[in-house]
Amino acid sequence: MIISIASGKGGTGKTTIATNLAFALGENVQLLDCDVEEPNSHLFLKPEIKEEIPVIAPIPLIDEDKCTYCKKCMEICRFGAIAIVGETVLTFPELCHSCGGCIAVCPENAVSEMDRELGKIERGNLDLIEFISGRLKVGEVMAPPIIKDVRTYEKKDFINIVDAPPGTSCPVIASMKGADFILLVTEPTPFGLNDLKLAVEAVKILGIPHGLVINRAGIGNDDVKKYAEKENLPILMEIPFDRKIAETYSKGELVVRAMPEWKEKFLNLYNQIKELAGQRS
Amino acid sequence: MKELIVLSGKGGTGKTSVSAAFAAIAENMVMCDADVDAADLYLLLDPDIQRRTDFKGGNVALINPDKCTQCGLCHELCKFGAVEETEQGYEIDEIECEGCGVCVDLCPENAIDFPIKTCGEWYISDTRFGPMVHAKLGIAEENSGKLVALVRQEAKKIAEAKKLDLIITDGPPGIGCPVIASIGQATAVLIVAEPTVSGLHDMERVADLAAFFKVPAMVCINKYDLNDDQTDAIEKTAMDKNIEVVGNIPFDPDFTKSMIQGKTIFEYDNNSQASRVIKGIWNKIMKNPVMNK
Repeated sequence: MIISIASGKGGTGKTTIATNLAFALGENVQLLDCDVEEPNSHLFLKPEIKEEIPVIAPIPLIDEDKCTYCKKCMEICRFGAIAIVGETVLTFPELCHSCGGCIAVCPENAVSEMDRELGKIERGNLDLIEFISGRLKVGEVMAPPIIKDVRTYEKKDFINIVDAPPGTSCPVIASMKGADFILLVTEPTPFGLNDLKLAVEAVKILGIPHGLVINRAGIGNDDVKKYAEKENLPILMEIPFDRKIAETYSKGELVVRAMPEWKEKFLNLYNQIKELAGQRS
Repeated sequence: MKELIVLSGKGGTGKTSVSAAFAAIAENMVMCDADVDAADLYLLLDPDIQRRTDFKGGNVALINPDKCTQCGLCHELCKFGAVEETEQGYEIDEIECEGCGVCVDLCPENAIDFPIKTCGEWYISDTRFGPMVHAKLGIAEENSGKLVALVRQEAKKIAEAKKLDLIITDGPPGIGCPVIASIGQATAVLIVAEPTVSGLHDMERVADLAAFFKVPAMVCINKYDLNDDQTDAIEKTAMDKNIEVVGNIPFDPDFTKSMIQGKTIFEYDNNSQASRVIKGIWNKIMKNPVMNK
């Protein structure tokens, strides 16, 4: 089972839900942090990291002894990562999407692959909870290859909880695709509602069962609830706006640890997810 | 002309509320919303859209079944797993297609078209505070970086044409593609941080990104009174990185109340503590030497 936790808007509580749900379940579960631009799950779950694996993307290496400056590689590259001026070949690794076009098209076999590090994967565990997190190198542009790499660690017989990045574009889709259930997290404010609508549209494109958690319930108005009702979007949990919860979060502590009464609520959330995800198959 | 980019790393720290507040007190400026993925600034600035333009983001491969001989070369070449084998033959998964065109160029039958895709829309508007440029990227689309670059460029054009000397850009969360597109050649970055362990962690990464691209940064801490220890830690980190802390905004439910009314914090209550602090922050930013070069 794969549960992706997404939101549209940032800072609504995706990581809070992901880490507390993983901790409440306690076994047979792994947490995959796919917010590779700003991974935060480790700050709350505090796993022991046992392994770091670089994420590598292939970029072109041009053998100028073989190159005849025919420009075919430059012409096939849609990303402007190769420029040939006279008898000089320039490559711009940060623009390369690793499509392999230059290698495939070169008539002289003058282009080969070279490694470029985009970021890394961190692996570890907290007791029986497995932990995998991706981390984009500062200054690198491309998050999706790291997200896809993190997701190769998903295990079939485990509950896989994917902490997605905010937004609705390619990194978010890469974090949601293939999930059995998408848990959307929002706050009851106009920004929260606006971005929830965008997230729901994205989930509909993928056709995955989904439900909603309202975080900081009570701070805004009822418009999110009205929208959920109209859209038949089930509200699976509400977390009230509560100074103690906000302070617990701010210190990097888990709510289910600081306030044990929440463990039952997170287990109940999981049971609802299991039921809704199961209805499809 | 100066351009101030408001960033945060972590989402939901208050970038948009702070940017909109600046719009209410800044003079001679153009507003730009570079969070094209989940744009919210329009909810506070209520733009009167003057011009609407399609965003042609990139191309997408499309197999013409009449010409395709099912040789499978495209499937073999595609590094993105976008060519699917179906019962009807090979098909492109548009969501996975990176738009690299390798299959298009190398198909021996010329059976793959490469139409340009409309990936969203962008807008030029009037608001009660001045001109605004914002955009809406289509759901599940790529090329957010290109669209960010485009809205910034349009904001600059407007500023030049109307002789306005300041652009305030509400940036996206994270540190990846769209953030990098919004930071290049900017005058300065204001990082809106929040006093949580994740807020500190993410603020450090976005500060490092600004340094990487050699754009000067300043920091303000929103809801600073939520956790004094974390506020101290952010201030210390800022100091270590030679970044000025331009002010600390208290937690104030008025931000949410003003958002519900579609107002900036100044229009909601000009005299609240939060309003006074933001005014102070704005003055400090405008007096910062990097904004006066």
